[in-house]
Amino acid sequence: MDLTMLWYLVPSIIMFAAGVYGFCTRKNMIALLLSLELMLNAADLNFVVFNRFLFPDMFEGMVFTLFAIAIAAAETAIAIAIIINIYREVGNTDINSVKQMKF
Amino acid sequence: MDYSQFGAMLPELIILGLFFIVFLVDTFTKDGEKKFLTPVTAILFALSTIAIWIIPASDQAIFGGMYVDTAACKVMKAILNIGVFIVFLQSAEWVRTDEIAIRKGEFYELILVTLFGMYLMISARHFLLFIIGLEAASLPLAALVAFNKKHYDSHEAAIKYILTAVFSSAILLMGISFVYAFSGGSLYFEDIRNAISVGAHSGLLICALAFVIAGIGFKLSLVPFHLWTADVYQGAPTAITSYLSVISKGSAAFAFFVIFVQVFGTLYSGLWEWMMYAVIIATITVGNLFAIRQKNMKRFMAFSSISQAGYIMLGVMTESAMGLGSMMFYIFVYIVSNLAAFGVISAVENKTGKLSMDDYDGFHKTNPRLSFAMTLAMFSLAGIPPFAGFFSKILIFTSVTAVDSMALYMLVLIALINTIISLYYYLLVVKAIWLKPGDAKIERFESDKCDRVAMCLCVSGIVFLGLVPYIYDYCIEVAPTAIATITTLL
Repeated sequence: MDLTMLWYLVPSIIMFAAGVYGFCTRKNMIALLLSLELMLNAADLNFVVFNRFLFPDMFEGMVFTLFAIAIAAAETAIAIAIIINIYREVGNTDINSVKQMKF
Repeated sequence: MDYSQFGAMLPELIILGLFFIVFLVDTFTKDGEKKFLTPVTAILFALSTIAIWIIPASDQAIFGGMYVDTAACKVMKAILNIGVFIVFLQSAEWVRTDEIAIRKGEFYELILVTLFGMYLMISARHFLLFIIGLEAASLPLAALVAFNKKHYDSHEAAIKYILTAVFSSAILLMGISFVYAFSGGSLYFEDIRNAISVGAHSGLLICALAFVIAGIGFKLSLVPFHLWTADVYQGAPTAITSYLSVISKGSAAFAFFVIFVQVFGTLYSGLWEWMMYAVIIATITVGNLFAIRQKNMKRFMAFSSISQAGYIMLGVMTESAMGLGSMMFYIFVYIVSNLAAFGVISAVENKTGKLSMDDYDGFHKTNPRLSFAMTLAMFSLAGIPPFAGFFSKILIFTSVTAVDSMALYMLVLIALINTIISLYYYLLVVKAIWLKPGDAKIERFESDKCDRVAMCLCVSGIVFLGLVPYIYDYCIEVAPTAIATITTLL
């Protein structure tokens, strides 16, 4: 069985869609963060796959992915710090407990 | 590797050097001596602003065209620098309060880092550098929004900001990965433009275009990606709100223009123009209509800034150097007008803790000078002659109508109608200040000295920016260098 580009792109799209779905439906902030991580990783996977299959003698996609992973780690660190602050303030990490400001 | 290339990155190096100076001063002074930190930062930053204005652009593209240093980028950076300087002056009182004083070094450092990221965004001509700049500009801002550690609102705003910011960058990354598939293996703006102009319209690229608009639209708070704006602006400390509303918006608008004209301009302009058409109409209208019903001043300014972002985006529709020049001028005027309004809001909040619009009833009886500044700011934002806001609006409308297209004429007409709607809610504030009967709810107070200097800068900007044609001419004159092809610079 040949592993063509499609075998990698379909899982990446599924990951991205799962991330969007999770972001819209989950109630726990940590789960929201996990969904975001899925979306970011789907984009990274796309870059690597395009680089490997379409432009095998270049590196730009791989390098971009390395930077994107580092940026994603930084994002997660800041988000976790903010979630810890919220946990101290309201006692849980439910997204429904931070809805004082509206409209 | 040729390290002399870094010489072309002078504005970035200046900000980075300033960051290290502030960081070292902050680390190695005792808590009692930290009162020198604010004047040291403000003076050094003022010097760097002057330096960036004076030093001529080197007109170079370095790192193989990843980064360009042209006159337009330099002017945009200098404009942002003036805004940040005013923000520093306005926040001087707030950082002296007991709760913040111990952490004020962090406040300056984080602001300088985000400014560094915005500089990279403005000068980037490669998607990797652009993404790094974008994230460097938006991640520390989340920490800044959460700066009021003891206030619940600040945390709620911060979680909303970081989640939507990461969501939007994930969408942006996905869009760029689709573009990458067509780019011929390179992420330089110019290479992508050349690669996609060869192929026919493809569904994947249209999808990528929508993703990129969504991703950057989040940063600019364009409707329908604006839902985070009001909550974040309300919850964040007022100094950060003013920073978010002018500086980060201005830099994102400039980067947006460069990406759309340089990458997608050639082949896909017919496509993204219609997407932007819908987005701009929605942005101006929704921002205006929601601003009418706001009672909290910070939320009110948030919706006002959403509709202003729509006007700024009108410049993108022209795809011309004149449009970019008017956009830069609009951003400059918007920075001084909005910062004047936020200066009054933060002065009132620091002294009395009042934020509601009803509290401003009869404000002129107790604080006539602040009332005057606020009135000028509102007139300028609404676009009443002879203040700067009128000229910036006229110039951006002129540059759009200069493109001979019926659709753009209609767009300008809708924008004009919205200007009248915006007049209503801006004048609500003026009415509360000058015309509402009864006693003033805010007692008389002496505003901080730094605040007064900032207010003088803003008011003189509002009065003179429109009347001195030199500034607008200069913006138009340098604008073509931003969208010139890079190969001429290498």
